[in-house]
Amino acid sequence: MSHELNPAVPPLPEGEKKPVAEKPVAAAAAKPAANSEGPVPMPWTSPLAEKYRNRYGSGVEALTYLGQNYLVVDRSLIPDILRLLRDEEQFDYCVDITAVHYPKREKQFDVIWNLYSYARNERMRVKTQIADGASIPSSVSIWATANWLEREAFDMFGIRFDGHPDLKRILLPEDWKGHPLRKDYGILQQDQEWVQINLGIESGQ
Amino acid sequence: MTMTVPAQGHSAKDRPKDEMKETPNEVPNRDLSHSDSHLDLDTPEKPYLDANELIINMGPQHPATHGVLRVILKLDGEKVLGTECVIGYLHRGVEKIGENRTYAMFNPYVDRMDYVSAVSNGLGYCEAVEKLLDVEAPARAKYIRVILAELNRMASHQLWLGTHALDIGAMTPLFYTFRDREEILKIFEKYCGARLTTHAFRIGGCQYETYAGFEKEVKNFLKFVAPKIDEYEELLTTNRIWLQRTKNVGVISAADCVALGVTGPVLRASGKKWDLRKAQPYAAYSEFDFEVPTGENGDTYDRYLVRMAEMRQSLRIIEQAVNGIPEGPIMAKVPKVIKPPVGEIYHSIEAPKGELGFFIVSDGSIQPYRVRVRPPSFVNLQALDLMVRGLLVADVIAVIGTIDIVLGEVDR
Repeated sequence: MSHELNPAVPPLPEGEKKPVAEKPVAAAAAKPAANSEGPVPMPWTSPLAEKYRNRYGSGVEALTYLGQNYLVVDRSLIPDILRLLRDEEQFDYCVDITAVHYPKREKQFDVIWNLYSYARNERMRVKTQIADGASIPSSVSIWATANWLEREAFDMFGIRFDGHPDLKRILLPEDWKGHPLRKDYGILQQDQEWVQINLGIESGQ
Repeated sequence: MTMTVPAQGHSAKDRPKDEMKETPNEVPNRDLSHSDSHLDLDTPEKPYLDANELIINMGPQHPATHGVLRVILKLDGEKVLGTECVIGYLHRGVEKIGENRTYAMFNPYVDRMDYVSAVSNGLGYCEAVEKLLDVEAPARAKYIRVILAELNRMASHQLWLGTHALDIGAMTPLFYTFRDREEILKIFEKYCGARLTTHAFRIGGCQYETYAGFEKEVKNFLKFVAPKIDEYEELLTTNRIWLQRTKNVGVISAADCVALGVTGPVLRASGKKWDLRKAQPYAAYSEFDFEVPTGENGDTYDRYLVRMAEMRQSLRIIEQAVNGIPEGPIMAKVPKVIKPPVGEIYHSIEAPKGELGFFIVSDGSIQPYRVRVRPPSFVNLQALDLMVRGLLVADVIAVIGTIDIVLGEVDR
């Protein structure tokens, strides 16, 4: 979907570029064999990871990749685990909330919380997968900063956060159609439409 | 740009009800049950809006909002009851662009987010991709990066100081800071040809070797600028008007900063000693000796003091770096076509405005599958509402200035 825009992309060493969403990253944990060239996510062993694995069993998977730790958790555990991470593990600073779209997967979205603990000087991420149209509990009551970050994730991906005080678009106009950071949101089509409607000419793109 | 909600006049609520009905200018009592009016017809005696309440648009073309920020203010007279930021006027989809460019091609785009500290943006992005590739820039490149990034922090703080003081009514600092910032931009221009959107670094190191006389010029600049910082302080630090406009204005506690994810000088001014250059050192910062200045009260004045002290610390870092700059290559061995393995990485740096993070997901192709920018300005701006409640309209200007936002980064 990106090649038309990129005449200057250097040719790949081995033939055609694969369609973008073929290798979902979160699934790399499940099938590490797919990644032959680089490092693979390894199980993350730490008291914290042990604790949550014991408490929640298969709902939590603790992994580490390039020295960065993350938990892949089941969607149903989301508000509980986030709250516990803040209260028990001192992850008091929510750095970022974002999402990644994998259109070919059954559960299309990875929602990612990027956390930092001032007391431990440690970072970790929490990931969960949700289907298109499914919603996820808001974490505004856990970290106030989640307000705008969740609004942005909603704006860009259309992910609904239940319990958010004012879930509306933040960067795009209210009447905007679609969610731009979804992989099926074509930028060429968007450009042509806009130029046609607003300028009445054919787009040069 | 003033928009008032049609109130019933000053004394509407004092007047008896039947007298109001006879007023010829009164809106006739229509049946609005089928329209989408929000007027509450069941309790007509309740004023639609308190006569003293006023909704005002500040921006998006207001010069004191430093760009295209629109703040809807709810006022009671001059007092701010609440605000809502309307952002996105400068949104150009940087993250979407990132997914449609190769890793190297996206590099210049990050310069255009926080366009007054382009070097920091480039540093954050390049280091994130390097982490993903598992390569490390050579020592010489790291030193050059630190020198340029700290010069850029100076430039960013100088621009902040000049415009912030101008907003509050002091015009002179603007001329002083812009005069001195020019010297930094000249160094940038000589180094890489650009003054603002520098694109100074490459994934794996630096593209350019330093020019002849670079070190001497940087040292001269340090000598030149140290007394200038005193000069700015002479103008402001004990200035009565400055004190009255900034002391106890826009106070935010450290706990609120943490809850709101606020970082950078705003966090430090409220007393939390946290700087990524110390907490999780990147580039060559672990090799230098410098302090992390903090404030106590978390008000606009403390944030001013913290940034002034930070400028001096930047000078210290630059001095150590330029004296100890090692010989050697400036580029690590990176493939011509950058193709990181499948995986994801988060890397963040202490940009002049706070924690600037890049979260990159690679699917093993030449283009990032997802680039997420964690912009400090965007997150810090969220604290505006908390900081200005109960203050006067003029203080809103001071607080917007003191958070130090760049709309190019807020909107991306």
